[in-house]
This record gives sequence, C-alpha cells and structure tokens, in this order.
Amino acid sequence: MAVAEFELTQLPIGRMAEVVKVGLTGLARNRLLDLGLVPSTIVEAIRKSPSGDPVAYKIRGAVIALRSEESRHITVRSIN
Amino acid sequence: MGLTAQSTGIYAFLEELSRSPVKADAVVALAGNPNTGKSTVFNGLTGLNQHTGNWPGKTVVLAKGNYRHRNKSITLVDLPGTYSLLANSADEQVARDFICFGDPDATVVVADATCLERNLNLVLQVIEITPKTILCVNLVDEAKRKRIEVDCPKLERSLGIPVVPAAARDKVGLTDLKEAIHKVVFGKQRNRPKRIVYNQAIEAVIGELQGEVKRLFQGKFNSRWVALRLLDGDPTLVNEMRNYLQRRQPKAEPFLEKGEGVKGFEQLSNRF
Ligand SMILES: Nc1nc2c(ncn2[C@@H]2O[C@H](COP(=O)(O)OP(=O)(O)OP(=O)(O)O)[C@@H](O)[C@H]2O)c(=O)[nH]1
Ligand SMILES: [Mg+2]
Repeated sequence: MAVAEFELTQLPIGRMAEVVKVGLTGLARNRLLDLGLVPSTIVEAIRKSPSGDPVAYKIRGAVIALRSEESRHITVRSIN
Repeated sequence: MGLTAQSTGIYAFLEELSRSPVKADAVVALAGNPNTGKSTVFNGLTGLNQHTGNWPGKTVVLAKGNYRHRNKSITLVDLPGTYSLLANSADEQVARDFICFGDPDATVVVADATCLERNLNLVLQVIEITPKTILCVNLVDEAKRKRIEVDCPKLERSLGIPVVPAAARDKVGLTDLKEAIHKVVFGKQRNRPKRIVYNQAIEAVIGELQGEVKRLFQGKFNSRWVALRLLDGDPTLVNEMRNYLQRRQPKAEPFLEKGEGVKGFEQLSNRF
C-alpha cells in the first residue's frame, strides 16, 4: 500500500511525519537542511502561533518555528 | 579593547589578533550552535583575561581571551553561534572565515547534550574543514535531568575526534577540555575525522577540481573543502578566496605568475 505524501503545512498539531523531500533551492534550502530537515527526519507539529503561522515543530530534539512559505515546500509522509 | 570582524574583515581581525600584547602559543576558535554555552566555556577557561566590545562600523562582535595550561599560553576566540558554516548570514560567514582563513591551531565545537543530533550538523561541517577539531558536549547536567545520556567514547570513535563532556556553568569538564585542546594543538594526538563521502558523480568532480585548487593555493587550504564550496557556487567564499589570492605576496607564489592565481580561480569558479 502506498503511503500518503503531503505538505508539512497539512500535518495536524500533535502528529508526526517523516520528511521525504525539501523542494527548495539555494539559501532557503540550506537553511532548512541546516535545521536538520533532511529526508527521513521525523518531524512533530507542536503548536500553532495565534495567527496560525508560523507553526512550531520538533525536529531532532529542538523546537523550530517554520512559516508556511517554507513548510509548504517540505514533503512528508505519515508514519504510525 | 573590543574585537570584531565584518563579513569581509577577516584580515583586519587577524592583524588585530597578531598585535595582541599577550604572545600566545596557539589560537583556538570556539564555535557552536546558538545558546550551547560557548561564552560560559569561554569565561570558565579565560576568567577575567578577555576583551569584548564594539568596534565602530562593524557588525559582529568577537570576544577573545587567554588562559595558560601546561605552561602554554592559549588565545581563545569566541565565535558567533551558528547552525551552519554555509554562510547564510553574516554570523555564519564570520565563523566560517575564521575557521577557514584564520587558520586556528584548533577549533572547539560546543554542543548541547540535550539536542545533540541537531548540533552534529555543525560538527560535521567543521571537521570537513579541519581535522584539528574537539567536540565539547556541554549541558550534560541538563541532559541528565532529561534522562539523556551521551556516550562520549562511542561518539569519539564514530567522529574520529576527541569528545569531552562538560557542564560549563558548574565548571565541570573544563580541565579535561584544556587537556584535549593541548593534545590536538601540540600534536600529541592526531585526529582521524570521519570523512563524508558524497555520491560518485560529486566525488568525481571533487577529484577533478582538487588538483587545480591545490595548484592555485599551493596547499594552503583544504582543497577538498574548497572544491565542495565551488560546487555549491557559494559567492561569499569565492570572494574571500579572491581576496586571499589578491593579497598574497608574489614571493609566496613562486609557481604562479602575478594575477594568475586570481584568473585561474575565476575560471574555476565560473565553471559552475
Ligand atoms: N545547566 C547548564 N546551563 C548552562 C551550561 N552552560 C551554560 N549554561 C547556560 O546556558 C545559557 C547560555 O549560555 P551562553 O554561554 O551564553 O551560550 P552561548 O553559546 O554563548 O550563546 P550565544 O552566544 O547566544 O550563541 C546561559 O544561561 C548559561 O548559564 C551548563 O553546562 N549547564
Ligand atoms: Mg555567547
């Protein structure tokens, strides 16, 4: 059975997913990779800011806020 | 007296460093992610023998200080906290330029034991530049509280560099750190850092570029690392390299015609 892939922006708060792809180039891509967002990394959506953007994610033991303009370029797949 | 380095001001900073009243036997850089306790380590090692402050017109503040260990005087430079050395910001560029062009005798990376995994990105980037790297796993007290235990001997084996656990706020581990620095700086221990191997296509181009980089810089920089950055097409690094080649005295490049280094490098960097 194929595992569903979706944008990180669609990950509900409290759920985890695995990074499949970072679809950006240049410095924006470097920044995300440097935060530990490389393929196979597990990401957990922790909480939303009052306006809904940015969202705080737990990545490799650290909490990091990402704006939707960044997170929508990150493809993840659900894990159980 | 304050010391700062602008994104392009590495040479001014190095000159300032060499004019220091205290003649140091070695210069050691302190790098690390933000908020990992670099300044606490720095203060713990140097005590009151340090200078910080603002340098008019400059952007990034660097602190430097001194300590003595085993009868050697060591100058420590506290670099800005960064997640990376890929020069996404002025801070990252200063840290990278100092580690790469400042030619420190060793670089200590201070990491946070409570989220070590994320800190290892910077560690891998630093050991890709220089084997003379020491990892200080700080905040082990905080980690213990969170029931996180770091297996430093195992980490040491997989990274190929000395790994020293510390709780810098309580001055725990600082003597071991001084000892590890001493061994690396004075050649009592040779590190064999883990080599990051890229895919075949990339390795092939690195091999091709490396020879040319070695010729242009006459072994001055780590040619593998320079080749990788050329592949990245990092304009700030290309710029800094060009500065280096332009500044260099002709007598230091007996095999190259004046200006050939700059031109050759330009050609090399334009290929990507
Ligand atoms: N529990 C604990 N706290 C520490 C330790 N070392 C440093 N701290 C605390 O961590 C905080 C950050 O320490 P700094 O030394 O300022 O960290 P830094 O890496 O210099 O931070 P930046 O320069 O902003 O990147 C301070 O509140 C320190 O007191 C430690 O070993 N254990
Ligand atoms: Mg600091």
